[in-house]
Amino acid sequence: MIESEHPVMKNPKNVSRVSNLRPLNQREYRGSTLPKTPTGIQGLDEITLGGLPKGRPTLICGSAGCGKTLMSIEFLVRGATQFNEPGVFMAFEETEEDLRKNVASLGYDLKELSDRKKLVVDYVYIERSEIEDTGEYDLEGLFVRLGYAIDSIGAKRVVLDTIESIFAGLPNPSILRAELRRLFRWLKDKGVTAIVTGERGDGTLTRQGLEEYVSDCVILLDHRVREQISTRRLQIIKYRGSTHGTNEYPFLIDEHGISVLPITSIALEHQASSERISSGIKRLDAMLGGKGYYRGTSVLVSGMAGTGKSSLAAHFVDAACRRGERCAYFATEESPDLIMRNMRSIGIDLGSWVKKGMLSFDATRPTFHGLEMHLLRMHKLVRETNARVVVVDPITSYISLGDTLEVKSMLSRLIDFFKAHQITAFFTSLTEGGSALEQSEVGISSLMDTWILLRHIESNGERNRGIWVLKSRGMPHSNQIREFVFTKHGIELVDVYLGAEGVLTGTARAAQEAKETAAALVRRQDLERKGRALEHRKKALEAKIAALRAEFETEKAEMEKDIIEQKHHEGVLEQDRAAMAKSRKADASSNNRPNGQKGE
Amino acid sequence: MPAANLTKIPKPQNDAWVLRLYVAGQTPKSVTAFANLKKICAEHLADKYRIELIDLLENPQLARGDQIVAIPTLVRNLPMPIKKIIGDLSNTERVLVGLDLRPVPAAKR
Repeated sequence: MIESEHPVMKNPKNVSRVSNLRPLNQREYRGSTLPKTPTGIQGLDEITLGGLPKGRPTLICGSAGCGKTLMSIEFLVRGATQFNEPGVFMAFEETEEDLRKNVASLGYDLKELSDRKKLVVDYVYIERSEIEDTGEYDLEGLFVRLGYAIDSIGAKRVVLDTIESIFAGLPNPSILRAELRRLFRWLKDKGVTAIVTGERGDGTLTRQGLEEYVSDCVILLDHRVREQISTRRLQIIKYRGSTHGTNEYPFLIDEHGISVLPITSIALEHQASSERISSGIKRLDAMLGGKGYYRGTSVLVSGMAGTGKSSLAAHFVDAACRRGERCAYFATEESPDLIMRNMRSIGIDLGSWVKKGMLSFDATRPTFHGLEMHLLRMHKLVRETNARVVVVDPITSYISLGDTLEVKSMLSRLIDFFKAHQITAFFTSLTEGGSALEQSEVGISSLMDTWILLRHIESNGERNRGIWVLKSRGMPHSNQIREFVFTKHGIELVDVYLGAEGVLTGTARAAQEAKETAAALVRRQDLERKGRALEHRKKALEAKIAALRAEFETEKAEMEKDIIEQKHHEGVLEQDRAAMAKSRKADASSNNRPNGQKGE
Repeated sequence: MPAANLTKIPKPQNDAWVLRLYVAGQTPKSVTAFANLKKICAEHLADKYRIELIDLLENPQLARGDQIVAIPTLVRNLPMPIKKIIGDLSNTERVLVGLDLRPVPAAKR
């Protein structure tokens, strides 16, 4: 049940795909010899280059509410469901029942796991006021208890949450310290991979200095609020015998558990695709070297309010969906419904793509999370939906969340991520009125491969929209400023009309257009007239010919008649002559034959 | 489960004491605790008590059932309420306080 609920568990490929993110570290990982236990927690295994040290205890520390318990329980649940490693959860703070309810919201069914003998949850109840101490003691009871729990299900993973509370419940800290040291040693001997959680103390990682005992791996969780925006962060303080990411990594707790984002961007090793994909607007494709954007590049469209940035994005998304590529649309200022309605007005039906599952919207107010969180959410959605095309509309709204440097670094990581996955990214950037158009607010234009500018062109008392390609790496792009208009069938780039003062737009263009149309009409009419005259002349000529022919026919008939008459006449003469000869009884044999031939 | 069985025992007389000593093997501390317990009981409870010695190495599941962490632990199952005393019982004064055999000094609480 848990397996089916979690997208990662459904699709374990996710994990390996993420690790593709860091080829550099994978090389390092191959060289490392320390055996590791994968946590199954998204991102954490990348940072630790494989997981927690196998058969050793790891300390997870942090202040209250930073996610220690959750992280450790996820470690166990994933161990049980993904890696077939049963686990023991020894709770010192929460009862079994509380714990079960708390993690039910993440889709973890602890009871079901317990029934399948994959998990033992043991709540250790220690109440100081009920305990009287009367001399030397040890924690053998805890050892027996833990050992029994481990052996009963063959556990490979153990969590002690939060073992420090034992100090509050039992007297004599020096005994406890010695016993805890023994406990961690014992856990190592048992060969279980353990997580020990500890509350952050004043100036120390844990209140009781547990980090001194658990020295193999220490993970620090942090939950900080900056300008009213909270971000959870994770840092690996130490990892003996292994390299690891040393930065602070943001992590997210949501309905699918924890995801950690390895944010260090890798070396620039992206593969460059030579495949071209359409922008969704034919004439824009033509401007971009005739074929559109390169796949896997990032496109920035900047312009002032109302210049049509989102519409351009919608075209791109629509075209991608038509090609059968999944898209993710991150809207930071409008709700998906609003976008879909607006785009319907220019004939782009994004709603149908959403219904078909080709397009996923994620509309979150920028102030809802910190920058890192947004980055993480984007990672997650893109990974989950397998998107090939991503739109962020507009990126400028993130500026409110941090200074330019932070935003730039976030975006460069985002772009890195997209490039590494050959995802074509489409960003829109809102230019404030009055500022230079070529200045993209967050100074990210250098990260972009294609930069398209939209602007209002003011002339003759009206505004029209112009589009031009400021840069587009690796293709011979147009240098023209083109006017475009919104039609019921989307954006259309209109024909270029050059006037005395440059490119004509709007009414001036329309006037020029009309003028040219009129001229064309006149020309056409002229042509038609000429054609008609020719036809007329031809007809007249033909009539003349016909008359002549008729005349000729008459003459011909008369002449023929004459000929016949003459022939007849001659025939009669011949006959007469013959008759005469006959009557004169002349020799007929020589005269008769030619006469007979002629007469026939 | 022994803990559950407790409910089946009829309401005890004031003089009925059921004391359970949890140990893990024959460690010196366990041996000391047991000896101390016998001595204290003999002195203060006369014949009104029963000691149950539970070795967790033989019955490890009881550690969880009875919420045992420290060894040795003495649990006063009867009379109610349940009391827990940890350590080797060498501090007789504290044992008596823990068993409610002495009035509790305010400072100790």
